[in-house]
Amino acid sequence: MKEIFEIRWHGRGGQGAKTAALLFGDACLSTGKYIQAFPEYGPERMGAPVTSFNRISPSPIRIHYGIENPDIVVVLDFSLIQQVNVCEGLDEKEGILLVNSPLSSEQIRKKINFKGKIYTVDASKIAIETIGRNIPNTPMIGALVKVTGILTLEELLHDTKKKLEVKFRNKPEIIEGNLKAIERAYNEVKGE
Amino acid sequence: MGIKVAKTANEAFAEGMRQINPDVVAAYPITPATEIVQIFSQFVADGLVKTEFIQVESEHSALSACIGASAAGARTMTGTSSQGLAYMWEMLYIASGLRLPIIMAVVNRTLSSPINIHCDHSDTFGARDSGWIQIYSENVQETYDNLIQGVRIAEHPEVRLPCMIMTDGFILSHCLETMEMLTDEEVRDFVDEPPERENLIKAAVENKPITIGALDLPDYYFEHKRQQAEGMKNALRVIPEISKEFGNRFGRYYGFVENYRIEDADIGIVVIGSTAGTGKEVVDNLRKKGIKAGLLKIRVLRPLPVEDIKNSLKNLKVVGIMERVEGMNAFCSPLYSEISSCLYDLEKRPILTNFVYGLGGRDVKIKDIEIVFNDLLKILERGKKEFTLKYIGVRE
Repeated sequence: MKEIFEIRWHGRGGQGAKTAALLFGDACLSTGKYIQAFPEYGPERMGAPVTSFNRISPSPIRIHYGIENPDIVVVLDFSLIQQVNVCEGLDEKEGILLVNSPLSSEQIRKKINFKGKIYTVDASKIAIETIGRNIPNTPMIGALVKVTGILTLEELLHDTKKKLEVKFRNKPEIIEGNLKAIERAYNEVKGE
Repeated sequence: MGIKVAKTANEAFAEGMRQINPDVVAAYPITPATEIVQIFSQFVADGLVKTEFIQVESEHSALSACIGASAAGARTMTGTSSQGLAYMWEMLYIASGLRLPIIMAVVNRTLSSPINIHCDHSDTFGARDSGWIQIYSENVQETYDNLIQGVRIAEHPEVRLPCMIMTDGFILSHCLETMEMLTDEEVRDFVDEPPERENLIKAAVENKPITIGALDLPDYYFEHKRQQAEGMKNALRVIPEISKEFGNRFGRYYGFVENYRIEDADIGIVVIGSTAGTGKEVVDNLRKKGIKAGLLKIRVLRPLPVEDIKNSLKNLKVVGIMERVEGMNAFCSPLYSEISSCLYDLEKRPILTNFVYGLGGRDVKIKDIEIVFNDLLKILERGKKEFTLKYIGVRE
């Protein structure tokens, strides 16, 4: 792992790309890592393509600018790969593309010109079945953790539980659903 | 001691304000500073602070309300950005002229037109001669630490001037970042009760009426301005005292400026704000190649730390002054003027050149700063400069 690990999130306004970066950053912080999480601010209409970013490092992070060469790109909405160049700046050898899609990585590869590693997980289906709504960001964090190994599943579940307990004190089913979503995505993500 | 948390600069401002627990906050929301007021008003609603939160219809009214409250003796804070700061303009001078230690959290954003919500330093650079102390921050940690120190600096009996604390719009205001937050008790102990000063409530209680803001014609205006200038001069002595006390208590020391590998440098850049961190990375890369590069970060712009700037730059051969402001004077940016006047009296001084970058939030990356250092190296080789001002990262 290089000194600073960089992540770019692609989603559509309203899907929680910003929240995903914040949650993941926070979860990494709780294991003693230094983090940055920031969105790219543009026209933030519902449904418009949006991006957000993470930097994760074992030591303090000094740099402040947009991420150009991420180590991994996480795509929350499959339809974006036809619309935005999600692989921009991604290394053809070391780079990882993680897509929320029922398709396999071979099927995704046929649609885009990317030679690096591709992983997929049907996060939308998992979210609907566990949380009851198509909010793919929490399960995608589970898949991200599996693919990168930045955190252990236990660390992620522990931190997410702690956070959700503050916010959803009176709705234990939401906490339960989100934790299950993370765990399922962690186990179901596939790729090469 | 404090704990490591992840906060954006806006959150750090709001949390700092909660811990400072001011008597009065009057503010009007504006992108990208909105969250400061939003989060703080929630603290007020939740009863976490004793603050009287005054909702106003504009920034002009926000600062007017702060001026009234501060004149009455209240510890007073506000927050704004860009057009909001511009709309406060005439009140800025009234706050400083009345010697009211108001604290303002400013999120740097460019000025319209063209309309743009992103970072540059044109808003607060325009206010640099308004009699406010100005402290700029490189990251979220500094934003928080500067705010807490700002209270003590502004209220110091020999300073008694309002103080703005700056952070970079979006780059920091919306960047969640690791920082160490002090405990409520630590902040409370550090800011303590404000030192006593003449105020309207005290005057009423003691039945010794005073007038604040009276007409001050040629017979006395000059003397009052002279006293105000003395307050700013005293800040040169007070700021290091407060910074030292802060460092001794909490382990983070701050100077007027930060010298980064500049002591033995041949070439160096001068920067303000979040670009400093990226610049340090470039300096380290150049040092690995054996190039003697350095960086000077200006933390305090008002008062202008002339001696520190002189000491930092006097032995360099070439200095590039990087600034997120266009001076619109067909010559150079404002910081270039200030730095060059600081150095003018030196017998031996570096060749200075000016780089304007990042206007309206244009991103500045490692490679942009490398372009600057490459130019400085060329000037070093040739022993003279071929331009005074260059734009970095613009299409033309």
